[in-house]
Amino acid sequence: MSGRESELTEDRRILAVHGLTKYFDITQGFLKRVVGHVRAVDDVNLYLNAGETLAIVGESGSGKTTLGRIIVRAIEPIRGEVLLRMKGAEWTDLIQLRGEELRAARRHFHMIFQDPYSSLDPRMTVLDIVKEPLIYNKIASGGEARERVIETLKLVGLSDHQMGHYPHAFSGGQRQRIGIARSLVCRPQLIVCDEAVSALDVSVQAQILNLLKDLQEQLGLSYLFIAHDIAVVEFIADRVSVMYVGKMVELAETSELFSHPRHPYTEALLSAVPIPEPNRTRSRIILQGEVANPANPPSGCYFHPRCPYATSQCVIEIPQWREISPEHFVACHHADRLALKGMV
Amino acid sequence: MNRLDVQGLKTYFFLDKGILKAVDGVSFTVGDQETIGVIGESGCGKSITAQSLLRLVTRPGEIIKGSALLRRKDGSIVDILTLESNSSEMRSIRGDEISIVFQEPMTSFSPVHTIGFQISEMFKLHTDLNAAEIRENVVELLRRVGISNPKQRFDEYPHQLSGGMRQRAMIAMALSCKPQIVIADEPTTALDVTIQAQILELMKELQHEADMSVVYITHNMAVIAENVDRVYVMYLGRVVESTTTQRLFSNPLHPYTQKLLRSIPRPGHRVDRLEVIAGSVPNAIDPPVQCGFFSRCPAAMAGKCDRAVPELTEIEEGHFVRCFLYSEKTEPEDEWTRI
Repeated sequence: MSGRESELTEDRRILAVHGLTKYFDITQGFLKRVVGHVRAVDDVNLYLNAGETLAIVGESGSGKTTLGRIIVRAIEPIRGEVLLRMKGAEWTDLIQLRGEELRAARRHFHMIFQDPYSSLDPRMTVLDIVKEPLIYNKIASGGEARERVIETLKLVGLSDHQMGHYPHAFSGGQRQRIGIARSLVCRPQLIVCDEAVSALDVSVQAQILNLLKDLQEQLGLSYLFIAHDIAVVEFIADRVSVMYVGKMVELAETSELFSHPRHPYTEALLSAVPIPEPNRTRSRIILQGEVANPANPPSGCYFHPRCPYATSQCVIEIPQWREISPEHFVACHHADRLALKGMV
Repeated sequence: MNRLDVQGLKTYFFLDKGILKAVDGVSFTVGDQETIGVIGESGCGKSITAQSLLRLVTRPGEIIKGSALLRRKDGSIVDILTLESNSSEMRSIRGDEISIVFQEPMTSFSPVHTIGFQISEMFKLHTDLNAAEIRENVVELLRRVGISNPKQRFDEYPHQLSGGMRQRAMIAMALSCKPQIVIADEPTTALDVTIQAQILELMKELQHEADMSVVYITHNMAVIAENVDRVYVMYLGRVVESTTTQRLFSNPLHPYTQKLLRSIPRPGHRVDRLEVIAGSVPNAIDPPVQCGFFSRCPAAMAGKCDRAVPELTEIEEGHFVRCFLYSEKTEPEDEWTRI
């Protein structure tokens, strides 16, 4: 416990996640008999500093979205803690909160969704969409709420005369701005961005990425940035964590992770990223096979069937999550002896 | 001549609100075993271009102009755009001479037929093989695109396959009749990077093996940089720049291309801020007679760029640009313009 104590006294931290685990039941038949589990999130640990961006990357099915959703309390985990230090308060375990307490805590964290088309109610005006969290969280109402909406829309680069319009009148990039305004209106500390720019066009993506960075600076926000696009992550994140089949396999400061990956999966992931420069040729590691099935993961290290460096130990033993160098965490038996290639 | 020579293709959608000029005068060529790329943002008309070539555009969409000369396997030359879309000749071209790999393999397979049945249909349509031979061929094809257990997979339904597997099956279907040209419309957009790398590698191998030409349609600059010989950059229904991949990345001429290349984050080069293109792609319904990029262009010249549409002009050898910064030539007026 001593490690955890020191982590909590570290005063820059605002979020600490310990041993977070979520299995989804696989049911069968009329009686919904449980026949198995999907290990969506499996014993995940992480922390987030104030004003920092931590990216969570991984392929589809790696559990990154489930992790984000547990943190904003949209999904109930089966065990683990999500400790948030709310403004002027002590550490609170969000998982323990119920009813009115949870409702009161919700203003401190918010989520931005991937699809700007389906995440906004088409029958609500922009004013109502952005105002809703204020009303729900009983922060403001009437004229005051309106004032705050106008102020927030300005922050995200929309003008107040667009307030009465409906979402269909806006382009994808503008809709994402509306989604961002909605998540900012309560002035939360923590924002979970779930693939916030993936659905946007390349030319619009840059606008939103810059906006997210500016807002972070102005408002001191902390982002948990869930994404699959490595190039985007490199741009926005201070630290990056890599997930594979529900488990965290590596976590480090961004440039450290990109230049000196310590997990073979990270190495393969980096090498698979296409680079928009025709003259930069690299040797590419083409991983064989598919991502492991989280309902029936392989024994030992989940990555061993696809890992070019796997040994018999990897087949039997599940690797421990350990700090291999300061602030660089990895779960691989052979991290010490492998010399892996980063992205140059 | 080239395998495919498309000139001045215009596909408009006649809507109640006005005429949506989805494809507004697109020309390109595809040579033997060549890999070309069509790049653009959503709404630029790149997918409609592909669908026009396969004659899959349905009302209210209509091909109103242009020609697309295809050199068939037997050496004869045919203009695809003059054929009836449901004629037997067009059906013999589709799949056999030109085939397409769609972006979303979940929605482009029928969910109620097995993978094997759906790929078999291609052989039934285009060959005289009997059922046993067809099955043998399909299993071999599935094996070739890297599907494990092809005999078992033959009888499985699309939902039983993972995304990467479905995309492989889609590719197997597109390649089944050894087409001359494969159009890959965002073939890897729905896939994870490690699977994307597998699929692109597979396409390269098969291309050399089967003497195919490939047209990649994508919004992903990196996929273009690593896979194609020549690029066509589309914006608002028109090609605004075309040249070799090397030259496009080293010396982009059109302001849109320049901006686009600078707005994408590059792995390995961290920057504090990304360059942005202001605004968003304008609506293509009844567009004004002006350069499509006028409203967002940093180099826009008022009184010039908003008065006429520049013509696609060859500036250096093999490097075409549609911009008044480089040439004064204008596109002739279109009889469909509403005043």
